[in-house]
Amino acid sequence: MDLFEYQARDLFAKHGVPVLAGEVIDTPEAAREATERLGGKSVVKAQVKVGGRGKAGGVKLAATPDEAVARATDILGMDIKGHTVHKVMIAETAPEIAEEYYVSYLLDRTNRTFLAMASVQGGVEIEVVAEENPDALAKVPVDANEGVSIEKAREIVAQAKFPAEVAEQVAEILVTLWDTFIKEDALLVEVNPLAKVADGRVIALDGKVSLDENAEFRQPEHEALIDHAAANPLEAAAKAKNLNYVKLDGEVGIIGNGAGLVMSTLDVVAYAGENHGGVKPANFLDIGGGASAAVMANGLEIILGDPDVKSVFVNVFGGITACDEVANGIVQALQLLADKGEEVTKPLVVRLDGNNAELGRRILSDANHPLVQRVDTMDGAADKAAELAAAK
Amino acid sequence: MAIFLNKDSKVIVQGMTGATGMKHTKLMLADGTNIVGGVNPRKAGTSVDIDGTEIPVFGTVAEAMEKTGANVSVLFVPPAFAKAAVVEAIDAEIPLAVVITEGIAVHDSAAFWAYAKAKGNKTRIIGPNCPGLITPGQSNAGIIPGDITKPGRIGLVSKSGTLTYQMMYELRDIGFSSAVGIGGDPVIGTTHIDALAAFEADPDTDLIVMIGEIGGDAEERAADFIKANVTKPVVGYVAGFTAPEGKTMGHAGAIVSGSSGTAAAKKEALEAAGVKVGKTPTETAKLARELLAG
Repeated sequence: MDLFEYQARDLFAKHGVPVLAGEVIDTPEAAREATERLGGKSVVKAQVKVGGRGKAGGVKLAATPDEAVARATDILGMDIKGHTVHKVMIAETAPEIAEEYYVSYLLDRTNRTFLAMASVQGGVEIEVVAEENPDALAKVPVDANEGVSIEKAREIVAQAKFPAEVAEQVAEILVTLWDTFIKEDALLVEVNPLAKVADGRVIALDGKVSLDENAEFRQPEHEALIDHAAANPLEAAAKAKNLNYVKLDGEVGIIGNGAGLVMSTLDVVAYAGENHGGVKPANFLDIGGGASAAVMANGLEIILGDPDVKSVFVNVFGGITACDEVANGIVQALQLLADKGEEVTKPLVVRLDGNNAELGRRILSDANHPLVQRVDTMDGAADKAAELAAAK
Repeated sequence: MAIFLNKDSKVIVQGMTGATGMKHTKLMLADGTNIVGGVNPRKAGTSVDIDGTEIPVFGTVAEAMEKTGANVSVLFVPPAFAKAAVVEAIDAEIPLAVVITEGIAVHDSAAFWAYAKAKGNKTRIIGPNCPGLITPGQSNAGIIPGDITKPGRIGLVSKSGTLTYQMMYELRDIGFSSAVGIGGDPVIGTTHIDALAAFEADPDTDLIVMIGEIGGDAEERAADFIKANVTKPVVGYVAGFTAPEGKTMGHAGAIVSGSSGTAAAKKEALEAAGVKVGKTPTETAKLARELLAG
């Protein structure tokens, strides 16, 4: 889960990383009081989870509380690379910036370790630095069990060649930033820029944090950081039912079991769609291993509720999942929707293989629902689903 | 022969007494796995009757190994306790630990991997978030259905559980030496490369099927390894061509970020290494058949 800047700022502050004061608001009028609290001037910063907001006009200085209201009016509702601005941060204005640095911790998948990255060339996109001047970006592996002590932090600082006058300050910040990374179960903590200001202090002016959703069980406070407003309503409904669902922009609804098989199903449908007017998968939905009829019914209800969906492809290989359960889920879901008075008009193509496949196929045959067709190979079923979506 | 697991493997189950552990211990036994014990500190000294087989429960992995000679542990421990359980297996120096558990926090898997490494990698870790591995006709350590296929001469390594089953089903008439599900998490123990090296060295394997998916660069590195070290024919499949950037597709590790981790890049790297890559699982199986037929 990627956080907004203000949420990252709050987590930094909680763990002792020096940051500037600021608060988040969602109405222009609130910018006035917030700016007054900061002594009459502020920086109005759009809160969007995408880079380049400064260039897009999403960060503006306000010399007076009235100006802050005007800037907040401009920025709230603005579209930045497809992200609508719903919140702005009213931040303390930074003292004059002397130098801009970069520091981060992240997971290095390739080497299966954590990695510290640091550079004295901050304030720009770090990918650009890594590309154009790789020597200016120090990469130091961090052992997950040893962590970052002040000595380790000094090693990172030395490798990145920070100037002597800020070295100890940056090392201390690296220790507090490691605390943020570890204690919040983060996948990424990044400060860019980490600025040296006129009075010699080093401060985190902007940052990114991404949290590990698998750590929710020991991070109860992270629940409050979820941005419910941004979630697609179908994705939100699926999450409420504990379903693993991602909305995509095609027409063929997809349900399957297992992340790999569902990903593969999306691809196979997209290939089949090339022969049927370019129809594409409408979503990713993994009902998981050992899914019951009820889970199948929940999934089908979400998919059928998507107005973009023109046909549905249920692709199940029964490993732990029993195909008779899946078939019962399909029959129950259709019955449930009929009982609710919702007319189902979208055709379903079902492919069942593996554990209890014969039993599952028989349940579907016996139910003999006019909208349900069985096709017993994955490629054949994908083709049929694409054809039906294209015909609608 | 086969890889990592055979009829002589003595298997213990950490988390055996939980609902998932019980269910799969029963299935593994039915597949002929030699299960010699379970581990649960709160139930040490008791035993569990599974379809007429008495399985003793030990307090620790070390005790179970000492009393039974176990050399494989399969873990069905819930995510919150998985790190401690894996560390215990590493401390006991059990040769193979198969971590089935899904949803382990990355900080935990990074920590147990760092710990295993610091201890000299005496324990091979498979997973986490994987279906385990099966050597058909000999032993099954995990949740791969034992009745899909039979012993044969294809080796399979896969990031995905259900695609493992699908591929075994497609090639069920030929059969498999071993099939290894390595899991789709960002940090895993055994990699594609480890399994490729083992299959290359295994006299019972004639052809290797490798299944990858979006995220990370494991497939690209496997391609380099194949080019330099693998003489047996390799057939590949990569899932996730249609996955959009920045969205996690089910597996915690299955995410395209920027230009890295795309299915297209992985397919290209594999093909450049001489691997035949199928567009769909069915086409991949067909390529394997053609290669085996010569």
